[in-house]
Amino acid sequence: MLVSNLEIVPGKRVTKHLGLVQGSTVRAKHVGRDLMAGLKNIFGGELKGYTELLQESRQEATDRMLEQAKSLGANAVLNVRFSTSSVTQGAAELFVYGTAVVIE
Amino acid sequence: MEAVYELILFLVLLALGYGFGQWAERSHYQSIFKREKELAGILVFAERLPPPDPAFKESRLVGGSVVISVDYFKRFLALLRSFIGGRVSSYESLLDRARREALLRMKMEAQEKGFQSVFNVKFETASISKGKGKNIGSIEVFVYGTALGSGSGSGSQ
Repeated sequence: MLVSNLEIVPGKRVTKHLGLVQGSTVRAKHVGRDLMAGLKNIFGGELKGYTELLQESRQEATDRMLEQAKSLGANAVLNVRFSTSSVTQGAAELFVYGTAVVIE
Repeated sequence: MEAVYELILFLVLLALGYGFGQWAERSHYQSIFKREKELAGILVFAERLPPPDPAFKESRLVGGSVVISVDYFKRFLALLRSFIGGRVSSYESLLDRARREALLRMKMEAQEKGFQSVFNVKFETASISKGKGKNIGSIEVFVYGTALGSGSGSGSQ
């Protein structure tokens, strides 16, 4: 499955449009990480635990999108966009969407 | 008496934040400068459409992200700043560091996979946790784009 945030695939032609596909996940951080983050809030610096957590969540959202694309019979998802929003204190939603297409 | 303890705690936190924060920022900037030089060969574009080039055989989504927290001292400075207004330079450097770090991670991913250029680069910024009194505690920056090139076959650079 080809994933790209361009509207075209260089050297290939889009033969069929299958519409919008999307995936999202809402994740909360756990207490241990929150404690570390509390310390980091004093000293400053990168919160590695959060970086990993958000990366994992983004991967999960992308996987969900790809599953949907696969069930539509697509072999590529183009013009992919990511969006992040904090739903409540300590939880974030990661949303990813794109257009499922068939390329030759 | 309690007020004295609170004042002492506040001053200790302020001093810790200042000491460690300045040190962390300096070492982070040094590593950013170093890696930016190393990865200067990977070209990054904000263009939506890449030029037609037969070398662009493979395309792949690449991204990099980082969560960075501001220290206690800088947050206090920002609080003072909010009384008089103007540039909040303590947050400016925080965002600058986060963006450059995320961009470097994206470049690194592109290089690992054997790509030489990244198109349609988008920046996504979110404040993921709030400190006391609705101050920004930590921010996440995510950068993504489509890497184009001949793919992993040709090796990096």
